[in-house]
Amino acid sequence: MTEKITEKRSSAFEYAPAPESRSVVDIAPSYGLFIDGEFVDAADGKVFKTVSPSTEEVLSEVAQAGEADVERAVKAARKAFEKWSALPGSERAKYLFRIARIIQERSRELAVLETLDNGKPIKETRDADLPLVAAHFFYYAGWADKLDHAGFGANPKPLGVAGQVIPWNFPLLMLAWKIAPALATGNTVVLKPAETTPLSALFFADICRQAGLPKGVVNILPGYGDTGAALVAHPDVNKVAFTGSTAVGKEIARTVAGTSKKLTLELGGKGANIVFDDAPIDQAVEGIVTGIFFNQGQVCCAGSRLLVQESVQDELMDSLKRRLSTLRLGDPLDKNTDIGAINSAEQLARITALAEQGEAEGAERWSPACELPASGYWFAPTLFTNVTQAHTIARDEIFGPVLSVLTFRTPDEAVAKANNTQYGLSAGIWTEKGSRILAVASRLRAGVIWSNTFNKFDPTSPFGGYKESGFGREGGRHGLEAYLDV
Amino acid sequence: MSEKTEKTEPRLSVFKTYKLYVGGKFPRSESGRVYEVTDSKGKWLANAPQSSRKDARDAVVAARKAFGGWSGATAYNRGQVLYRVAEMLEGRREQFVREVADAEGLSKSKAAAVVDAAIDRWVWYAGWTDKIAQVIGGANPVAGPFFNLSSPEPTGVVAVVAPQESSFLGLVSVLAPVIATGNTAVVIASEKAPLPALSLAEVLATSDVPGGVVNVLSGRTAELAAPLAAHQDVNAIDLAGADEALAKELEIAAADNLKRVLRPQPVDYFGTPGTERLTAFLETKTVWHPTGSLGASGSSY
Repeated sequence: MTEKITEKRSSAFEYAPAPESRSVVDIAPSYGLFIDGEFVDAADGKVFKTVSPSTEEVLSEVAQAGEADVERAVKAARKAFEKWSALPGSERAKYLFRIARIIQERSRELAVLETLDNGKPIKETRDADLPLVAAHFFYYAGWADKLDHAGFGANPKPLGVAGQVIPWNFPLLMLAWKIAPALATGNTVVLKPAETTPLSALFFADICRQAGLPKGVVNILPGYGDTGAALVAHPDVNKVAFTGSTAVGKEIARTVAGTSKKLTLELGGKGANIVFDDAPIDQAVEGIVTGIFFNQGQVCCAGSRLLVQESVQDELMDSLKRRLSTLRLGDPLDKNTDIGAINSAEQLARITALAEQGEAEGAERWSPACELPASGYWFAPTLFTNVTQAHTIARDEIFGPVLSVLTFRTPDEAVAKANNTQYGLSAGIWTEKGSRILAVASRLRAGVIWSNTFNKFDPTSPFGGYKESGFGREGGRHGLEAYLDV
Repeated sequence: MSEKTEKTEPRLSVFKTYKLYVGGKFPRSESGRVYEVTDSKGKWLANAPQSSRKDARDAVVAARKAFGGWSGATAYNRGQVLYRVAEMLEGRREQFVREVADAEGLSKSKAAAVVDAAIDRWVWYAGWTDKIAQVIGGANPVAGPFFNLSSPEPTGVVAVVAPQESSFLGLVSVLAPVIATGNTAVVIASEKAPLPALSLAEVLATSDVPGGVVNVLSGRTAELAAPLAAHQDVNAIDLAGADEALAKELEIAAADNLKRVLRPQPVDYFGTPGTERLTAFLETKTVWHPTGSLGASGSSY
């Protein structure tokens, strides 16, 4: 039946791609580190290439920061801290408002850039990432002169220099989550973007210059894990913020142990998306698709475990498979594309290995008919049924477009299975019964609960995990605490 | 003649066997060990149980078992239970004044001030139980048709390394905020002055605090703190009573399951506390739901 529908559609209309133009963005052949307001080479002259995951085309060559560069950047940030933290909050606010506005102005350029460097669909960078980036700066700009009223006592003080390390899945959005609250509260920052997605952070450096941000307030150090390790270990860093894997998060927690550095960690997840028998099935299917295929499933809060009540399993799986057959995978710049490229060859290898393990352990694998482009890093949307809680694909974060389907009979069983994980970042609940939503939500050990929706984000809404998904919150009034000496 | 002698000799007092407090019961250490506790002048006061790693693990099991009920109790109920602790303490004020004076080498009046402050601290935190959620949680005005609410929830099982010097007021000041918000606690009492903590357990046991919500261990701080910091079913640790070297070691061990860590810091326990010790062991949960719209077709997602 699924095949027939596809056939009928393709015979009625020939598919016409609608690619977004690349001409809106001008990528230079090389980029330096951004230290003390200037683009500079790495002290040891090292560079690395950043490629487009959808084509493997080299986009640019980027300076790779080493320990000497970390030293320079922290020094610049320390020097800038004195004046920046002494500025009236209302003045700091205006810098952030400027940045928010320039991001809005350059939004299309940045969306295309992000899609090129990350591989995610333009539909997402244009409609989700970039609007949220601008909104985040706009939101925290407004806090800068209202900190007395934030509930942390009168005149709360900034911490000093913040060392921030961010991942590749939402490069500019994660930068915004880190930099906006840090600057609003009067800290200065040294930020390391991920090695596979350094470009939008370097474009952001240019935005800081356009906004007239004082030198040294924001420093950007592209590099690999060793650059990040040097940054978080630097003795003159007062605050460490990290978003990434749980394993690296634990390493960072050990590094800062016994120091006075304040730490916030936003780490992995294995979110349960729970569908009860009275759920609106069509809406649940949309939520499941958003939950696990948004950004190719490379989302820490992805709904990567579907828990479906047994009595509606068949109906739900039929609808879900039918829906997955309509997803369009391919050129991320095509405005119709639903599923873009996996961010890197390394990540693709990890997803591939875990999916193979799922099969080897006895789960049943299914993907819609889906042609993968010849070059680039691609993985078809994938479902696993007959998954048990003991299966690796039900326990480990896959960070890819792979959904593990488990079943339950009673709400108690659903809650127990949802909580049976080391993680606690997100969960979803689908039911028409209000009291069941509230009862289940209160028993789920997770920081963000989406009921009858999924993967919604907002600068005013605190985000962060329970258990090994990390600690501290980003967003909202709560997000200020991570950057204040309270 | 013998009758006369009996009348003039002072009555032989009854010593108390100090015991641990685990899961609402008062066991000895499974190890059978005790250690001598003396007053500030070196005079013997009692033999306190010297808990083992196994006692620490048993205490975690008890604390975990109690977590569901205590965190699920209403905030009003928890407030009443904490207030009851203050009531029970008030009735045993003289005993604690004596024990604190012995333990910390204080004059009777200074010890009385300590005990009074500790009683008042229970009252202070009793009042917080049903207010903290409104102060630190609330609705978030998201840019879309969604109801969005952030609420604090207790972190879980909290290991508390109680202050070494302030063996009673310090202990109460770090313990009360942990349980006020619905966490359960495994407390390591002050190593050299554990008796006020062990006596507090007797107060807790008669104050409607459910068994397992507070578990009190005495013994060598380093020996007990290490397994608790590394324990996979402990969610957080308060390092108040750990010295610099031990605190670093424990924080490293705590990273294994990403425990929330409250580092040691200078505290004046006589001062009015802020909310930091409450929020240190709270998670923030944010729940979204579409608000829909009331059109011709009714509400929609």
